[in-house]
Amino acid sequence: MRFALVGQPNCGKSTLFNQVAGYKAATGNFSGTTVTFTETKVRVLGDVVELVDLPGTYSLLGTNPAERVVLDYLVSNEVDAIINVVDATHLAQGLALTLELLELKRPVVLAVNMMDEATRQGMQIDGEKLARITHIPVLPVIATKGQGVRNVFASAFNLAREKKPAVRQTYSPELETHIKKLTEKIVSVHLPVGSEALALKLLEGDPQLIHQVSDAIPGIENEIQSSVDELCHITGRQAVWLVSKERHDLALKLSDQVLKKTKQGLSFRDRLDDYLLHPVFGYVFLIIIMFLFFWGVNAVGGIIEEPLMIFADQLNVKLLAALGEKGLLAQILSGALQGFTGGLAIVLPYLVPFQVGLGFLEDVGYLPRIAFLMDSLMHRMGLHGKAVVPFILGYGCNVSSIMSTRILEDKRDRFLASLLSSMVPCSARMAVIFGLAAFYLGPAYGVGIYFLNIVVIALTGRIITRFLPEDSPGLILEMPVYRMPSLRTVTAKAWLRIREFIVEAWPLLILGSIVLAVMNYYQLSQFTDVLFRPITWLLGLPSQVGTPLIFGILRKELSLVMLGQALGSMNFSQVLTQAQMLTYTIFVVFYVPCLATLIAIRKELGTKKMFAIIGITLLVAILASLLVRLVMAPILG
Amino acid sequence: MNFLQVKNGTWVRIIGFHGGWGMQRNFMQMGFLPGNTARIIRMAPFHGPLLIEVDGREIVIGRNVARHILVEEI
Repeated sequence: MRFALVGQPNCGKSTLFNQVAGYKAATGNFSGTTVTFTETKVRVLGDVVELVDLPGTYSLLGTNPAERVVLDYLVSNEVDAIINVVDATHLAQGLALTLELLELKRPVVLAVNMMDEATRQGMQIDGEKLARITHIPVLPVIATKGQGVRNVFASAFNLAREKKPAVRQTYSPELETHIKKLTEKIVSVHLPVGSEALALKLLEGDPQLIHQVSDAIPGIENEIQSSVDELCHITGRQAVWLVSKERHDLALKLSDQVLKKTKQGLSFRDRLDDYLLHPVFGYVFLIIIMFLFFWGVNAVGGIIEEPLMIFADQLNVKLLAALGEKGLLAQILSGALQGFTGGLAIVLPYLVPFQVGLGFLEDVGYLPRIAFLMDSLMHRMGLHGKAVVPFILGYGCNVSSIMSTRILEDKRDRFLASLLSSMVPCSARMAVIFGLAAFYLGPAYGVGIYFLNIVVIALTGRIITRFLPEDSPGLILEMPVYRMPSLRTVTAKAWLRIREFIVEAWPLLILGSIVLAVMNYYQLSQFTDVLFRPITWLLGLPSQVGTPLIFGILRKELSLVMLGQALGSMNFSQVLTQAQMLTYTIFVVFYVPCLATLIAIRKELGTKKMFAIIGITLLVAILASLLVRLVMAPILG
Repeated sequence: MNFLQVKNGTWVRIIGFHGGWGMQRNFMQMGFLPGNTARIIRMAPFHGPLLIEVDGREIVIGRNVARHILVEEI
């Protein structure tokens, strides 16, 4: 048996999911799309039930891939019951989607979430009355505390076993006439969507469904058009608006019938937003919050990394001593160990606090506020405010920034955001910036590189926008109220993201390190140096840096770790000039995303776009580092 | 007039939209239905987006988007 969780964004659907999801929860893609869902197994009344958390959606019309997928999935036979989550404090808006779900004639349970928040705001909701009117079970839930969750599943379970379909509400007589008229015409069409629901979607003008139906019944477009015209003639509204308006008004009426507002709650949110969205202080707070976030991640990561690294080095020395340093097997095992400990000691100590902190910012509701503040700046590089999320994530790990580009509706926006955010220096490249440029040239150079990085990214965005003009209309985003996140939801979400690293990227790190060890053993590096010679020559770098650069694509830290091996000294001031160190660092910051990021890009955008991104970042890296060489070499000597 | 011509804090009524089917659906989902009232709560600086209260929710819309919403004074 399988239940699907459906609800509008910010209704607390995922909080409810994470209350019951164990560590076994898995994310997946709907086939052929980048729309993801999360799935887990739940024990209900002695049976094991699959629970699917679908992406948040305001309605079921196909205006974006997520909505299309949700509709297709709900009407498929894979779902035995729909659990519709609504936010009690925004009951009328939530019920608009509920009404649309009722049209599907599937078993539906309504979970009214955030009852505690509603009570605090002085609202009383008569669930029994709502259940009587809608003929579906209505259950109060406080997902953050896990209250009422069990009842929802039990109710869904019983409903699914009885296979009791929901009954839709009746709309205005004019609309009903045309629903009936169209339904009779399309009875012969065998689509998973029921005839009446399909008739409504056709009147609303869903292009894909119209296309599908007209394949089966030629000339149906004319029938639809005549209904639309007639409705427009009688009501003075386009059918697309009429249907929405009727659902909206009916939802409002329902909410008025069952909701009593006893007192006007104080708006804590408006007062907080007066500061956090202030034209001046808003940006001050943004900088402070971001600084605290990254400083906290670094502090926690540093404390854990140091002892782990010492332990890993000792282990490596012991391993080589035991197996004999010169043997191929010893080198391979040592490579594997370095790959394993690299993930454990360098990546995880930063990734875990980063994901927890990010989950906190997300659940508290701060990310949309960053989008509001940064929108105009993002437009200067051809994107809009929502695209700020991949950039923030990029400072942690580019893989998560690539995956987060899914929140953008437009394909062109997703490509540009992926390209630009992959040039944001991740925590691995931070090691190179601080370990090389900042360490030998002074911390000011480290800060300078971060600043130069932002300028170059913005410039690249502007140039690309000349060739690929911005065509998405821009930002439309709901500003959620502030909420206290629950520890359980934050950790569950962080775990899902961390597991993606463990399962997908970590094995690659280990494999890459083994390949590197083998190459070192057979001394193949002189051949790989030749590959990069045109670039290293142009940038005035010794030819030996070619191999570290190639392996830097596997793992960005390797471009620093291997530099020592390649040049024969870890004291870089003896083997490189200051200008060379700076040029090298700049090149490493921009050139070709790491292998794990490339894999993510290929998955999200396809092979062609991946190669486009490789080419563009390589070009940007050469230009930026060449410029730095020409400007800084005479100054630094 | 469109939403860009509305003064901060003034309540207006939504009467219609420019733009294609997808964009109109997006507006509708966010509560921008003809007949609903709305007001600008605040604007981001540097020609940034508008924060609009409509249908009991707060929605951020970019200036290019706001231009597509037609409103009348109440």
